[in-house]
Amino acid sequence: MRIAKGIALAACLWFLPAALSAQGIDPASLTRPLTDSWPTYSGDYSSRRYSTLDQINQSNIRNLALAWTARLTAGPGGAGVYSISNTAVPPPTIVGGEAAEAIQVGGNFGNGPGTVVGAILEVNGILYMAAPDNAWAVDAEDGTVFWHYFWKTRGGTHVGNRGVGIYGDWIYFETPDDYLVCLDRKSGKERWHKEIADFGEQYFSTTAPLVIGNHLIVGTGDDLDAPGFLQSYDPETGELQWKLYTVPTKPGDPGLDTWANLDAASHGGGQAWTVGAYDPETHLYIFGTGNPTPANVTPTRGEGDNLFTCSLLAVNVDTGKMAWYFQTSPHDTHDWDSTQTPVLVDGAFGGKPRKLVLQGTRNGYFFVLDRVTGEHLLTSKFSESANWAKGVDQRGEPVRNPEKDFTVPGSLVSPSNLGATNWPPPSFDPETGLFYICTNESFSMYFLMDPDPREVTGLGGGQEIGLGSLGTSIEAIDYKTGKIVWKHMFSAATSTGIGLLATAGKLLFGSDPMGNFIAFDPAKGTPLWHTRIGQLTNAPETYMLGGKQYVLVSGGDIIYAFALN
Amino acid sequence: MIAQAAVSAPQQTPPSTTAANAGRGGRGPTSAYPVRQPADPAIVDRGKQLFGVNCSFCHGPDARGGEGGPNLLRSQVALDDEDGEAIAVVVQNGRPDRGMPKFEMSGADVQAIAAFIHSFPLRGSGVVPQSDVLVGDAKAGEAYFNGPGKCAACHSVTGDLARIGSKYDARTLETRILMPGRGRGPAPQLSPTTVKVTLASGETIEGTLNRIDDFAVSLTDAQGNRRTFPRDGDSPKVQVNDPLQAHKAMWRAIGDDDIHNLTAYLAAVK
Repeated sequence: MRIAKGIALAACLWFLPAALSAQGIDPASLTRPLTDSWPTYSGDYSSRRYSTLDQINQSNIRNLALAWTARLTAGPGGAGVYSISNTAVPPPTIVGGEAAEAIQVGGNFGNGPGTVVGAILEVNGILYMAAPDNAWAVDAEDGTVFWHYFWKTRGGTHVGNRGVGIYGDWIYFETPDDYLVCLDRKSGKERWHKEIADFGEQYFSTTAPLVIGNHLIVGTGDDLDAPGFLQSYDPETGELQWKLYTVPTKPGDPGLDTWANLDAASHGGGQAWTVGAYDPETHLYIFGTGNPTPANVTPTRGEGDNLFTCSLLAVNVDTGKMAWYFQTSPHDTHDWDSTQTPVLVDGAFGGKPRKLVLQGTRNGYFFVLDRVTGEHLLTSKFSESANWAKGVDQRGEPVRNPEKDFTVPGSLVSPSNLGATNWPPPSFDPETGLFYICTNESFSMYFLMDPDPREVTGLGGGQEIGLGSLGTSIEAIDYKTGKIVWKHMFSAATSTGIGLLATAGKLLFGSDPMGNFIAFDPAKGTPLWHTRIGQLTNAPETYMLGGKQYVLVSGGDIIYAFALN
Repeated sequence: MIAQAAVSAPQQTPPSTTAANAGRGGRGPTSAYPVRQPADPAIVDRGKQLFGVNCSFCHGPDARGGEGGPNLLRSQVALDDEDGEAIAVVVQNGRPDRGMPKFEMSGADVQAIAAFIHSFPLRGSGVVPQSDVLVGDAKAGEAYFNGPGKCAACHSVTGDLARIGSKYDARTLETRILMPGRGRGPAPQLSPTTVKVTLASGETIEGTLNRIDDFAVSLTDAQGNRRTFPRDGDSPKVQVNDPLQAHKAMWRAIGDDDIHNLTAYLAAVK
């Protein structure tokens, strides 16, 4: 498609008055490559998770050691852990929320309620992080908790929170009961909250808001049968700017002919529950959509592709209009979302410089597209075990084998529901030209359990019995060929690693299933340094403060910061 | 929304198979499902909220199955449960073997969740019966067992697999052909994974494997001592003996037809 001229002019409009905030963040700064700070979900808009910091590098990695830890306490009374002998004044907990009393959260899926599974932002020496119903500001120098905000929930799935967004002096996060909450970054006091989705329709909100110019890009989730959408809010007022449905919701909507009927389409899912990437030149925000619903039993959806579920979508942030799409899992039948973080790369492809977007999806396939036009350039399979597709069609899209659906006699399928990869973000290193991804060679038996597809909603109708995994690994993929340049298999196979970070210090940080935090050689995959934490729950990040480079990772409700000795 | 404080919190409402869906292929109730007295609506509502927060991700917002967790409306535990007593055992202990964590939850909260699960009227369409799973050709399964499947190298239908067809339902049997111990039912006695570590000195230490990663291997030796050895590349030499390796090796190789045939063959070994 043709992109309007005058992009440079439009870009200038984002430069907000310098008076906005000296201490907070100027949204325009987010368009720069990642250096000292970590101001947005993936560090920068490209989602490469590549930092130009190189104080910590291959020559001194052996001296990387723990600098500090911070323990986060969730709930109405907690901010940090204080013992009776600690004379420090506990930081304030600010309580908000629409419920008279918070609903009890019993276990957070095996993790503590303060578990951090999302991004931790670093801006001007302060870290900002969130867990379901909770947000914190922490000193990036030594881990002291400055403030804690607790939201009294009215319910909703409390599976995790991907972190906060920052704009000027304001912090934004989403709650499982579908509110967008705006806090003062200095005090943690609430400025406003807005309802972003219909709680009664089972939406629950976990993703991190992304600030782009004067837009706050907000996604949400749902596992039943509601339509997916992406919204843009005014970061100052919280007013809705636009709303893009990811499935057809009215007659004449594009993609409707890929569904049995409008009723099926408008209950068809395609949730936007993770953060995408942004291209400042084209003003396109590129994100992946979730599975169609009903997920496992498909007759009511018709035989079509079920657009725009399990797709990469490019939306113009100024208009909220879709510029292009590419479906990475047509007519998905296994609840394999395609919400994995897309990565923007400027590089050679087919002998020509191109503006690309790369994505490795939960179904085990890797894709390269032209990010300006959406033109398909390459598809390859990164999971050797993935066995659900017959091949790849002329469009570059995998062709599902219906015999590998949920079936009455049972189908042996890889990957399991967890996917060949999942939300833990990949990384791209421009020095090696390699795309790094956490993978899992898992298998399950998929049984169709409900004899009447008309009875099935959401994720019901089938039973998956997990068999286990042949191994988890980190793979390095050459985006020009789709070939796997190296694959580091881990000895134990439980779940996938928790996300990756590449740095100019010629290091690739990641984790293994046994809870080791590891620095690899990005060229070969050899481990160069490790420490055993036991449980790691978010992707590593890095920032520079006071002349010292820190590497940050969370394990449950504890944040670990490493620096050189 | 103007009134905020005075109104009660809105509740997420999964569709039930009651009035709204009544015309969609129902076949009427059967006596196979328990008949329950309606519970206090306030308790059901509280259970709905607790379920939404704690359970719905894995078991689905409508309790009919979600990300990995089974349909609770048709689970035997939930069907047998009267007032949370059976569900509490699962909730408070978890099912670590199947990936379910335990939840710290009071008995009253579990009762409320149970009341919510029990509030769904169950209809007669039921689940696909186990017998429908058995579509394979038992003769072909026998040939595969003794031939290319190489099952007979370790197993015998008159020895370790005697009466196997009466021990497990069809889906469990099928699953356990591929991975013993998985699926529903009592776990069989399985040999543990063992490991042999050969030190640079030539000394060897053997035992059951506790854990292994790139940097350490930990075993329990015959005397019950836990011993952990740091690893650096190929040093020390580590040989892991996984007794289930032959089963895992099947996953990438076997076709669904062979699985179904094997299942039909072994299901008939009663």
